[in-house]
Amino acid sequence: MKKFLSTIKWKYYIGYLVITLALAVTGILSAVNALPNSTLYLLEEITIALILAISLSVVVGFLGELSLGHAGFMCVGAYLGGKFSAVICEKFAVSDSNFAVFLLSLIAGGICAAVFGFIIGLPALRLKGDYLAIVTLAFGEIIRNIFLNTSSESFGGALGLPTPRMNKNILFVFGFLLVLATLAVVQNLIRSKHGRAITAIRDNEIAARATGIDITKYKLLVFVISSAFAGIAGVLYSYTKATVRSEIFDYNYSIEILVMVVIGGMGNLSGTMLSAAVITYLNNKLMAVLTGNLAVLQNLVYALILIGIIIYNNAPALKNVREKYNLGTLWAKITKPKKDPAKETDDTGRWDVVPTKIEMDEVLTVGIIKKDIEASEKKEEGKDE
Amino acid sequence: MSEYVLETKGLGISFGGLKAVSDVNLKVKKGEIYGLIGPNGAGKTTVFNLLTGVYTPTEGTFFLDGKELKGLSQEKINRSGIARTFQNIRLFNNMTVVRNVMVGLHNRKEYSCSVMQSIFRMPAHFSVERRMREKAKELLDIFGLLEERNNLSCNLPYGKQRKLEIARALATEPQLLLLDEPAAGMNPIETEDLRRTVEIIRDRFGVTVLLIEHDLKFVTEICNEITVLNFGTVIAQGTVKEALSDPQVVKAYIGS
Ligand SMILES: Nc1ncnc2c1ncn2[C@@H]1O[C@H](COP(=O)(O)OP(=O)(O)OP(=O)(O)O)[C@@H](O)[C@H]1O
Ligand SMILES: [Mg+2]
Repeated sequence: MKKFLSTIKWKYYIGYLVITLALAVTGILSAVNALPNSTLYLLEEITIALILAISLSVVVGFLGELSLGHAGFMCVGAYLGGKFSAVICEKFAVSDSNFAVFLLSLIAGGICAAVFGFIIGLPALRLKGDYLAIVTLAFGEIIRNIFLNTSSESFGGALGLPTPRMNKNILFVFGFLLVLATLAVVQNLIRSKHGRAITAIRDNEIAARATGIDITKYKLLVFVISSAFAGIAGVLYSYTKATVRSEIFDYNYSIEILVMVVIGGMGNLSGTMLSAAVITYLNNKLMAVLTGNLAVLQNLVYALILIGIIIYNNAPALKNVREKYNLGTLWAKITKPKKDPAKETDDTGRWDVVPTKIEMDEVLTVGIIKKDIEASEKKEEGKDE
Repeated sequence: MSEYVLETKGLGISFGGLKAVSDVNLKVKKGEIYGLIGPNGAGKTTVFNLLTGVYTPTEGTFFLDGKELKGLSQEKINRSGIARTFQNIRLFNNMTVVRNVMVGLHNRKEYSCSVMQSIFRMPAHFSVERRMREKAKELLDIFGLLEERNNLSCNLPYGKQRKLEIARALATEPQLLLLDEPAAGMNPIETEDLRRTVEIIRDRFGVTVLLIEHDLKFVTEICNEITVLNFGTVIAQGTVKEALSDPQVVKAYIGS
């Protein structure tokens, strides 16, 4: 038994384990009515954030493309999935959505968002970096405004789309299950030959092409998978609200998801999940604590905390502290691995080597530094190729 | 089947009126090590870029084993049987050494496994992963990189990075391998090692090699035939001795 346990790559199962544990604990607590509504609401928010962050990290962390329109895909899922279940409910004359309808609308919302992901993936074949970021940004804003300007009979327009009702007390359970599904799909994709091809494109697109990797196929695949799960998160969102309003799927929301991915460490799924949960919790608590006159401080405190995290993660002066107190070392202390990575017989434990090149500054200073680097690289390339 | 693995006919390209390369006719026989030399800026790398689909020729065409490849994408050309390395090494830096080679194995038929099979962790996925890793290790062993297989490729010393790039290119099972200045920046010991590597490629893998090189000693030692380029045009062609004693070549090398 002990031997069996030591062969398991815990690093990859820790995510499933933590989510399952959280689901079990909260499930039991809510079954005995020990969870207040505010906590249920927080759990729903966290599960939605987790799905969004995991799905965005495929594009940003593993494919290495900057997407600023993730909320747009979520918007498609929320509106079309929500509308789908409303139509079904009406057709079969049921007032409340049941599990089957919920499941069907998840699929419908996911597929609709995936179609949009495919369409946005097409320019991604030709555009890179800043330019692609602008396209995705524009997509997010356009899609949101389209729904804003629909008639009240179709998608509710400015009033918002009234959404299906379901027993809200168990919605977070589905949320957790969907997080598990997202994690499984994304992680299994990344830890396969296909994921290797995707990270090869990220690391060096020219070399990947020369090695015969089908760039078209994999870029589209990544955008489709990522947007499909964003759409699913959107459907889940539509079920947690009385009405879906287009304002919330704005640029800031896309950025917030991006912040979760970046702070969690690009291409590091556990880190991304942790940061998604923490940031959502933080936002929720700030909103609850800083009320009345203090409400203006919400954004300020939030920003200060984020800056604190970024400084802690990056400041050279804090290197020692960081090495002493990071999750990896703590984890190593608990598990006490005897192995030296260089002496491993296999490198199967090294799927998520975090790219050192795609870093904070590259994402956050879109267009300033990167352009200069690219320009100088182009010069060099012209010279030696 | 054609007599020549690679045959180019009047191959050329101009960039906005500027003729970078024109009228290049190469005939590379199977199992040969063929050299492409010339002063800086002669257009050697541009020829490689034409042969690998980075650029589409504006004039002429080229054939691999009798099959015309002009106009195909880089990916398709690689899958048709031309692999290459780059003048400035291009590895997948955030991947381990063994994984770099596994990317090279990606398109081989014996390792095919659909995205769905991987996502749902079907038996095919595990079998493909295992066999790919074995094959990659086998290749690394031939190139003396087995020990370093779990290091990040960017941490390898320069000479080994070159070898890894060659191993990755070979992993795609090419008929023709294009090496762009493989000996650049190498010390004499590394160069000697490289010479053996290139011979292994020819003898053990049966792959024809077309290489660009500035080191004339290396070229003399290893190449059967060479083509000398200057200002984008061929100035001499033939066996190493013949070509290098051509007055125009002497002028291009010494006169410039
Ligand atoms: N994309 C491009 N646009 C414009 N000119 C180009 C382009 N690519 C190459 N050239 C020009 O073609 C000429 C040949 O360049 P190339 O890189 O092929 O030389 P080379 O023989 O490989 O030289 P070196 O030995 O320095 O590597 C150069 O003058 C270069 O400026
Ligand atoms: Mg060159």
